[in-house]
Amino acid sequence: MHRSDFPLLAASPGLHYLDSAATTQKPAVVLDAMREFYETSNANPHRGAYELSGRATDRYQAARERVARFFGLGDPDCLIFTRGTTEALNLVAQAWGRRELEPRDEVVITAMDHHANFVPWQQIAIATGARLRICELTPDGRLDMDHMRELIGPRTRVVAFPHVSNALGTVNPVADIVALARDAGALTVCDGAQAAPHMPVHFDTLGVDLYAFSGHKICGPMGIGGLLGRRTVLESLPPWQHGGDMIQVVQDEFSSWNVLPHKFEAGTPNVADAVGLAAAVEYVDGIGLDTILAHERHLLALATDRLAAMDGLTIYGPPAAERSGVLSFTMADVHPHDLATILDADGVCIRAGHHCAQPLMRRLHVPATARASFYLYNDESDVDALMRGLQRAAALFAVAGSASD
Amino acid sequence: MTDDAVAGTRAAGVSARSEAIYQELILDHYRSPRNRSVLNDADVTITHRNPLCGDELIVYLAMDGTTVREARFTGQGCAISQAAASMLTGALRGGSVDDARVILASYSSMMHGDPASRDDPTLGELRALAGVARLPARVKCALLPADAFSRALDQFEERARS
Ligand SMILES: Cc1ncc(COP(=O)(O)O)c(C=O)c1O
Repeated sequence: MHRSDFPLLAASPGLHYLDSAATTQKPAVVLDAMREFYETSNANPHRGAYELSGRATDRYQAARERVARFFGLGDPDCLIFTRGTTEALNLVAQAWGRRELEPRDEVVITAMDHHANFVPWQQIAIATGARLRICELTPDGRLDMDHMRELIGPRTRVVAFPHVSNALGTVNPVADIVALARDAGALTVCDGAQAAPHMPVHFDTLGVDLYAFSGHKICGPMGIGGLLGRRTVLESLPPWQHGGDMIQVVQDEFSSWNVLPHKFEAGTPNVADAVGLAAAVEYVDGIGLDTILAHERHLLALATDRLAAMDGLTIYGPPAAERSGVLSFTMADVHPHDLATILDADGVCIRAGHHCAQPLMRRLHVPATARASFYLYNDESDVDALMRGLQRAAALFAVAGSASD
Repeated sequence: MTDDAVAGTRAAGVSARSEAIYQELILDHYRSPRNRSVLNDADVTITHRNPLCGDELIVYLAMDGTTVREARFTGQGCAISQAAASMLTGALRGGSVDDARVILASYSSMMHGDPASRDDPTLGELRALAGVARLPARVKCALLPADAFSRALDQFEERARS
C-alpha cells in the first residue's frame, strides 16, 4: 500500500525494501515540504529582525508543535530537536549523568539495548564510578522482568531501556518498568527509535520521564529527531552544548541559560529537516498508526509462518503477534552477510550484522543475524521475494533438506 | 552481465546478480576449508576482527628461516572471508615472506578493482574471488584474512629485526 507515495520505490518496481528498521523511505510530501521551505522561507530563525527570518522562525515553531502533537505531548517546548535518538540519549547521559551520578549509584539498562543507549550509559558509569546493571532476557527475547525487579532498588538512579528492540522486535512493558523505577525514585529514559514509527506513542500518559526518537525512521529526513521530556525534568537538567541561541546573558565570567526548548538547542537549528519531519508525521497520521501496525503485523505473521516452515531456519524473539515489524533470523550454514548478498541479487534489501546490539548477539550466541523489517509500503510481494531469495540461498549452499523447491 | 546491463538493472533498483560470486570453488573452500585448524607451534598468531559484522579470524604462521612453512586459520565468518582464508593459506605456504607480500598486494589490488591483478597467475585460485570487487559491502570480508596475514608477516619481521 502507498508505494506510489515514495519516489524511490515508485521508480524501482523490482526493489523489495525490507530494511525500514534502519531507515524508512521518504514520501514525496516530505521532500516537497523541505524544498518548499528553502524556496520560500529560508533564513536563520530567531536571529533576523526582518520578515523572512520571522517566517523561518514560525515554520520551525509550527514543526515543533506538529511533531509534539504526533507524540501526544501537550507542551511543545518539551520537545528538544536533536540529530536523532543517538544524540538525544547522549544529551541525557551527559547532562544528567555527569551531574547526578556518584560512586555506589546504579544505572540500569538492558541486554537488548542498541549501542546508542548502551554505550552512553556504560561510559558515564565508568566516568562517574556508578555501577552499570544490565537486565537480562528470557529465552524468547523479552526482558526478564523478574531480573528487572531484582535490579531496581534504592541505589538505582536511572532506568534506561528500549520501547521496542531493533534487533528482535520485542515490545517492552513500559508501564511496568516505569512503576518499578518510580517506586525506587529513579529517572526513566526510553529509547523510542523503533516504537515511534510503528505504534501510537502518547508521551503525556506513557509515564516515562524522557523519550528519544529518530525522524528518519518515521518517513522523515535524516539528521533530525528529538528528546521528549517532562518539563520539571528538562528544566532541572544543565545544558550539554553551549553556543548561540541557548543563552540568556553572557557575562565575561558566567552565562545564564535560555528557556526550554532553546536551552538544549545550541547553534543554528535544523529547520528544513524539522519541516520535513512535521510533513512526515502528518503523512503517517494521515494513514493512521493503528492501520500501519495492523498491516505490519499481517506481513510479519505471514513471513514468520513461511520462514518457520523452512529447514535450518532459526527465528529470534517473541511470537510474531507480539513483535513490532522486525523478523530476525539465521539460516544454518549460511552466514547472514552471504544471505544479504544473495537476496540483493533479487533486489531484496535486508540487514545483516549485529544491528548495533553486540551485547544481545553475545547472549543469542551468534555473531550476527539477518533482519527483515516491514513498513507501511511493503506488501505480500515483498514477502514472496524474501522467500524466493532464501530458497535460492538454501539451494546454493545446499542447506540440508531445503533445496527441494 | 555487461557493465551496461549492470548499470541498467541498478537504475531499476535491482543490483547485478551478485550471487554470481558464489562459484563452486568458493563454496567448496567454505564447506571444506583447507588448513583450518590451530597451529600449536606457530611463530606468529594474529586475531583480526571485522567490526562491521563481528566476525573473528585467527591466523597462524610457522616459519622456517624466511620461508612460510605452515599457514593456518581458525574462526568463523561468511563464505567469502572463509574461502579467502582457506585459499590464502594455500597460496602463502612454501613461499618466502617476500613472495607472500607480493601475493597479498596483488590480491588487495584485485579487491580494489585493478583489472591487471585479475590475470595475475601467482594468485591462483584466489582469482575466483575477483567478482567480490564489484560488491563494495563485501570487499572487507574478502580482505579480512589478507589483512590478518599481512599483520602476521609484519609481526614476524619486526621480531626478526629486534
Ligand atoms: C532501538 C534504536 N535505538 C537507537 C537507534 C539510533 O538511532 P539514530 O542512529 O537515528 O540516532 C536506533 C537506530 O539505528 C535504534 O533502532
